[in-house]
Amino acid sequence: MSALLEVRALSKRFGGLLANQEISFAISASEIVGLIGPNGAGKTTLFNCIAGFYPPSEGRVFLDGAEVTGASPEKMARLGVGRTFQLVRTFATMTALENVTVATLIRDKRLPTARRRASAALEFCGLSARAAVPAGGLTVAEQRRLEVARALGLEPRLLLLDEVMAGLNPAEVQEAAALVQKIRARGIACLIVEHVMEGIMPIANRVIVLDYGRKITEGAPDQVRRDPAVIAAYLGEA
Amino acid sequence: MTFEILLQTLLSGILIGLVYALVAVGLTLIFGVMDIVNFAHGEFLMLGMYASFWMFALYALDPIFTLPITALMLFALGAAVYQSVIRRIISASMLAQVFTTFGLMILLRGIAQFLWKPDFRSIDRSLVSGTVRLGALQFGLPQIAAAAGAVLATLLLGWFLNRTRLGAALEATAADREAAQLMGIPAQRMFTLAWGIGAACAGIAGALLSTFYPVFPEVGGNFILVAFVVVALGGFGSVSGAFLAGIVVGVVEVVGGFLIGPQLKLALVLLLYLLVVLVRPQGLLGRA
Amino acid sequence: MNRGVKLALLLVLFASACLAPILVTNPARQNFLILAIMSAQLGVAWNILGGYAGQVSFGHAAFFGVGAYTSSLMLIRFGASPWLGMVAGGAAATAFAVLVGWPCFRLRGHYFAIATIAVAEILQVVFTNWRAVGGAVGLTLPIEQEGLKALVFNTSKLPYYYIALGLLVASLLASWLIKESFLGHYFRAIKDEPEAARSVGISLTGYKLVAIAISSFLTAAGGTLYAQKELFIDPASVMATSLSVKIALVSILGGVGSLLGPVLGAAILTGIEEATRQIFGGTGRGTDLILYGLMIIVVAVYYPDGIVGGILSLRERRFFRRPSPGANA
Repeated sequence: MSALLEVRALSKRFGGLLANQEISFAISASEIVGLIGPNGAGKTTLFNCIAGFYPPSEGRVFLDGAEVTGASPEKMARLGVGRTFQLVRTFATMTALENVTVATLIRDKRLPTARRRASAALEFCGLSARAAVPAGGLTVAEQRRLEVARALGLEPRLLLLDEVMAGLNPAEVQEAAALVQKIRARGIACLIVEHVMEGIMPIANRVIVLDYGRKITEGAPDQVRRDPAVIAAYLGEA
Repeated sequence: MTFEILLQTLLSGILIGLVYALVAVGLTLIFGVMDIVNFAHGEFLMLGMYASFWMFALYALDPIFTLPITALMLFALGAAVYQSVIRRIISASMLAQVFTTFGLMILLRGIAQFLWKPDFRSIDRSLVSGTVRLGALQFGLPQIAAAAGAVLATLLLGWFLNRTRLGAALEATAADREAAQLMGIPAQRMFTLAWGIGAACAGIAGALLSTFYPVFPEVGGNFILVAFVVVALGGFGSVSGAFLAGIVVGVVEVVGGFLIGPQLKLALVLLLYLLVVLVRPQGLLGRA
Repeated sequence: MNRGVKLALLLVLFASACLAPILVTNPARQNFLILAIMSAQLGVAWNILGGYAGQVSFGHAAFFGVGAYTSSLMLIRFGASPWLGMVAGGAAATAFAVLVGWPCFRLRGHYFAIATIAVAEILQVVFTNWRAVGGAVGLTLPIEQEGLKALVFNTSKLPYYYIALGLLVASLLASWLIKESFLGHYFRAIKDEPEAARSVGISLTGYKLVAIAISSFLTAAGGTLYAQKELFIDPASVMATSLSVKIALVSILGGVGSLLGPVLGAAILTGIEEATRQIFGGTGRGTDLILYGLMIIVVAVYYPDGIVGGILSLRERRFFRRPSPGANA
């Protein structure tokens, strides 16, 4: 299967700080890839570089073979890349349905069509009952799911999920994990930054581990879990 | 001949620029500590001018002597404004914060207009009246005194921020509110302090200006725009930046006004604001 | 409040608006009504940019002035019809708005608000010193003809009222169409969370420009009407920051982001202005400012969605917490 997303030797520098150093990997459709590592490893930075919130200092990013290095977030959205945010950024004064409609409008500017697509996305994420509630009135777990629904509204090929399980209780973590698996079943590739191991390890096809801005290893969850370099990275941090 | 005129305008610009600096320092302090732009800052200046004026008109007290009183009064007012109004919008949206300080601006102007009528007042004879001659150059003594006072006040503030514990606490809150709180620095008290000092700066500037500038309810409007330009140029949140920028803006205004025409002074200064925020948003010394 | 009730209320409002000047015969009171309607129209226009898209402008008088000056100059120089002038003025204002907006929309929140003040003040200074357009002295409009075609009415001011009302209805229609279309969704997204809006494909600057284009066009149209009514304009009366503030106030008080909020705000504002003028004489001696100031503060602190928002939230018992401070850009 050819790669949907390919990241080649990506580096990101902020002044004197090297946040990402020559990171390379590839993701294919229907894959869940976890991106883990201790705090400050550069996970969200990598995310933001791929999603277009800032351009990488070096390296290249390819989507389905076409180069998208440094493309703006708007362009990435149009190319079929959806993302969620670490600190939830739902449109607080708009209802859940309206939140997702904003995304579905990308394909067709007619509201009735967009609303229908949005309803479907809400249903997929189990939020139909809360469709008319302003996003600011939803619980954190619901808001995270709403962000996922919104990203799905773009009908993306690739979904970038930033700590979508953070701050959730165990039951909610399992719900989130199940949702991500449903998304994979649809053929969408998912790159997930995560700290909640119980959530990501059981469902990931592969896991990439970052530490101090470098990729230290990549492989199946069981493999990575037992890798001494990974253990050292996490223990060393404690 | 022209060199002397240019020098005269340059120095005049520096003199008024120092007063602008003082006004802006108060504004930038409040912004640095709590991320709020006080649209009513010009009104604190206006009230400082009126305080100075009335103590002169009613009790024949010279503005230079009543300066500390004016400063204290405005400090109290700033703190009171924080406690009664601003405290409630700390976590509100930026729109709500903008509207609130805007409403405050209108309220204070209305109160001034109601109490003291829209008439222009001035202090005609004070301790610092008169002119000073330096060769072919001539400066108003009030302007020199105002500049000196502004420098003094700014230095005092700088000393306070850099050399006292309370000042350090204030700077800490500005740098990282949560970290400062975790270290036991009470945010509310710091905010009240910031507003008090900010208002006092504007009030002192007003008192200094009252010796040569007309006093009327809308006078704040003349200075708030310039203050915004200074703060933007110096870098939102930077006290030393505001000081430098104040001088620059003063010079630009006076020299520019001399070269292009005094009626276009304001446009020039405002153009500077647009240039700064579009080309170099962090200003001279601001945080990114 | 369901749609049926809303529609009925709107019709009642419109009917009373149409009948009002017939019932009110005192010319001073009629003038008050005209001012109220004109303020409402300006508020609705402002709201498209400031309320819906969340880009607060304290410099809208610039567009008002451009509209007034364009149509007046066209009339004086070329004898052009004021109706044509109204469209031309709108176009000129839109061009100016887009030109100025494009670099300025990079600025967030208060930086942008200050920039709008700066732009409007610069424009006022330029016009005050530009002799070719009348400078500080201003322009006096010729009163050669009367009637609808010339947009001048001397014997009775009533036609101005109905034209203003027509402009208001047109502006409300534009506002409503935006609200009910994808533009409404996009504007609100930009207002709530600009970065998230980008992540779903919304070009921030592009849509902000759409908002300012529509807003400035409608504001300029109001400027032309003002010029034709007063038959005299100068920078101080059509480009002053105090006018920009009043325009913003109308929406801030009545309800930023709601359709009819500005209308309510205009009613309150104009009412207070008249009342304080009658009680205290002259310019009301600042009492109107005190009242505005207090109202804005109360509204901003307790009802950031304006009075309309406050009423709505009371009725529907909507009560949701604000997102964390870091979430707002």
